[in-house]
Amino acid sequence: MAMPDPIIALENVSKRFVKPLDAAEKIANLFGAGLSEQVVRAVDNVTLTIAEGEVVGLVGESGCGKSTLGRIVAGILEPSAGTVRFRGRALAELSGKERRAADLAIQMVFQDPMASLNPRRRVVEIIGEAPVVHGLVRPAEMDAYVCEIMARVGLDPATRRRYPHQFSGGQRARIGIARALAVKPKVLVCDESTAALDVSIQAQVLNLFMTLRQEFGLTYLFVSHDLGVVEHISDRVAVMYLGRIVELSPADEIFRAPNHPYTEALLAEVPRLEPRKKRFSALKGEIPSPLHPPSGCHFHPRCPFAFDRCKVDRPALKKIAPGRFSACHLNDGPEPRPGKAFSDGEAVAA
Amino acid sequence: MSAEASSLPSPQGRGTQGGRAMTPILSVRDLVVTFAIREGVVTAVNGVSFDVHRGEVLGLVGESGSGKSVTGLAILGLVDAPGRIEAGSIRLEGEELIGKPERELRRLRGKRLAMIFQDPMTTLNPVLRIDTQMIEAIRAHENVSEKAARDRARQALLKVGIPSPEERLTAYPHQFSGGMRQRVAIATALLHRPAVLVADEPTTALDVTIQAQILAEVQELAAESGTAMVWITHDLSVIAGLADRIAVMYAGRIVETGAVADVLERPIHPYTAGLIGSVPSRNKRGVPLAQIPGMTPSLAKVPPACPFNPRCPRASVTCRTIMPEPTPYDGARMARCHHPLIEQAPAAA
Ligand SMILES: Nc1ncnc2c1ncn2[C@@H]1O[C@H](COP(=O)(O)OP(=O)(O)OP(=O)(O)O)[C@@H](O)[C@H]1O
Ligand SMILES: Nc1ncnc2c1ncn2[C@@H]1O[C@H](COP(=O)(O)OP(=O)(O)O)[C@@H](O)[C@H]1O
Ligand code: SF4
Ligand code: SF4
Ligand SMILES: [Mg+2]
Ligand SMILES: [Mg+2]
Repeated sequence: MAMPDPIIALENVSKRFVKPLDAAEKIANLFGAGLSEQVVRAVDNVTLTIAEGEVVGLVGESGCGKSTLGRIVAGILEPSAGTVRFRGRALAELSGKERRAADLAIQMVFQDPMASLNPRRRVVEIIGEAPVVHGLVRPAEMDAYVCEIMARVGLDPATRRRYPHQFSGGQRARIGIARALAVKPKVLVCDESTAALDVSIQAQVLNLFMTLRQEFGLTYLFVSHDLGVVEHISDRVAVMYLGRIVELSPADEIFRAPNHPYTEALLAEVPRLEPRKKRFSALKGEIPSPLHPPSGCHFHPRCPFAFDRCKVDRPALKKIAPGRFSACHLNDGPEPRPGKAFSDGEAVAA
Repeated sequence: MSAEASSLPSPQGRGTQGGRAMTPILSVRDLVVTFAIREGVVTAVNGVSFDVHRGEVLGLVGESGSGKSVTGLAILGLVDAPGRIEAGSIRLEGEELIGKPERELRRLRGKRLAMIFQDPMTTLNPVLRIDTQMIEAIRAHENVSEKAARDRARQALLKVGIPSPEERLTAYPHQFSGGMRQRVAIATALLHRPAVLVADEPTTALDVTIQAQILAEVQELAAESGTAMVWITHDLSVIAGLADRIAVMYAGRIVETGAVADVLERPIHPYTAGLIGSVPSRNKRGVPLAQIPGMTPSLAKVPPACPFNPRCPRASVTCRTIMPEPTPYDGARMARCHHPLIEQAPAAA
């Protein structure tokens, strides 16, 4: 399977945030607690490529670094280390016109359209401003252009002079999508773009994403904590845990036969329509604080298979099958990992 | 409005023993709740009726604005102005709650009636330590020593999966993660083994892993204490795993009820079918999801007759002129639709 050239390539990308002391900690310091600023490694040495036209889903528990990685891809955040490439060119090395072109080509669609839409501006301005500013359409053509985009995303162009609060949640999601599409992007980074929507409206928006992908040849990085949504829309899925990608595989394979113990646990927790009155069994404990990630494999305190090496060695993301990658020491053993893939008979034939 | 309950067989399932129906713990009949807003008086809950039996979980589902939360709040007597319970009956073990003085309702809340919310800080006090809050909650309804109350609080935290509860008791809510806070709220709600627990989307804001833990714990606790639960959610998959029966709300009305498996496998109402089709799932990977066109009507402009008719693929002239009445179906099911998706059982008078 020859993969087309990647449109996006992340090479050893990391992002560190310095977390300043909060009020309680400052007070504690007055009493001599001696607390200092802490460093969060929100994204820790991530390497990932996205092919032109592909949909890559990014999943993981809250705080694991999904949004941070999404923002880095969208060029909104600079990585602390590593390289982000768009069509082979490092973003950090682009300047002036080229950088602006790359920034326009990669657009972000946010979770809460209300928070990201200026409440005092009319929809026609929200959608039309950027393409005019960047010279993609002439001012005189803006109105017609906005009407066309609105129609494309299923909004009634007659409503273009209204303000965001005059729309429903689903319509606001469409406004956010229209605004991103208006600058003719190549890549959309969608961060929890359907999380605030009712299932029926979510279905409409997911269908819209799929249609737009065909129509405009878009590439997506689809960030979501909703595995059902990611499974539905993605070609490949990356699973994040405490800043690291722990598994990366084609969507159908990862959902049918997860390799990493964390992926397996995560998938087991997804409520499904099909099984009835399931006993919810549980992955024990919560995701540890990213301020104090566990040593070695970050997952070892919650992992049912953890052994000595897991506490000291960081497992690398390694190829385990064609197109499949996983970061778990069990894959180094002589026996294939006795995961779900091999225990539930009908799943895997080979 | 309608006399939907009286014309229906009483729900089967956990509520019956040897075919004989037991008295439900919670019985809601023809509940009507209105809000006086700028646009006029709108009806948020419009003739809702259901029963919940001991140890049973009723899943109340529907889109945003369909009246789920208002129904839940009405059960607890927590509908405030501009809202008003206009009509209907809410009985707790046979005792009518509507019209009870606030003082008596307050005595019931936290003891026989409890509620948990999407945001646990709705019920937790941010400036009080967990132990203070829980001990207060216990001693408000029971005459026990502080030490005994503290023991109970620790036990309760342990039961909802909070490790080292002794240490946790002296913490403040902001020192907990969202999932931990929700656990504390649940532990507090269940302290007195309430007869009825209304849960309004308590796991919606949480990660699937935490949601799964909490659902497991709640399921166990409810089974143990026999608490009847009304579980409000817009997530059908949560209901599929948790509830015994399901009630689907649309524009203030229950449009379909029945055992979870029946409703999800063979929906009667086109709206229920639409909701099920909207959920992304295994067998729909990569294919467009069935969509319900349009959106939930605003309460100020509910379409006439069947309120679902502008979005319904089966709508006919009848649907636009005559309100479909609640109709019983085999298996203690009910739906309100002129053109149901399954054959109607011969009317059992
Ligand atoms: N305090 C209030 N004042 C005016 N209208 C209200 C008030 N509370 C609720 N409503 C209206 O009553 C209707 C039902 O609201 P409710 O909160 O029960 O919906 P819901 O089904 O719980 O929705 P969601 O899934 O969004 O929580 C809505 O149209 C809402 O706008
Ligand atoms: N601007 C910021 N300053 C400090 N810490 C941050 C900032 N943004 C994110 N973080 C931290 O980085 C980690 C990853 O966050 P995020 O990428 O938002 O996670 P996710 O989207 O997976 O929930 C978290 O611990 C979060 O608190
Ligand atoms: S490396 Fe060890 S702790 Fe980490 S997932 Fe694999 S077995 Fe579990
Ligand atoms: S009554 Fe008519 S419009 Fe209403 S749900 Fe049934 S078929 Fe659709
Ligand atoms: Mg996020
Ligand atoms: Mg609600």
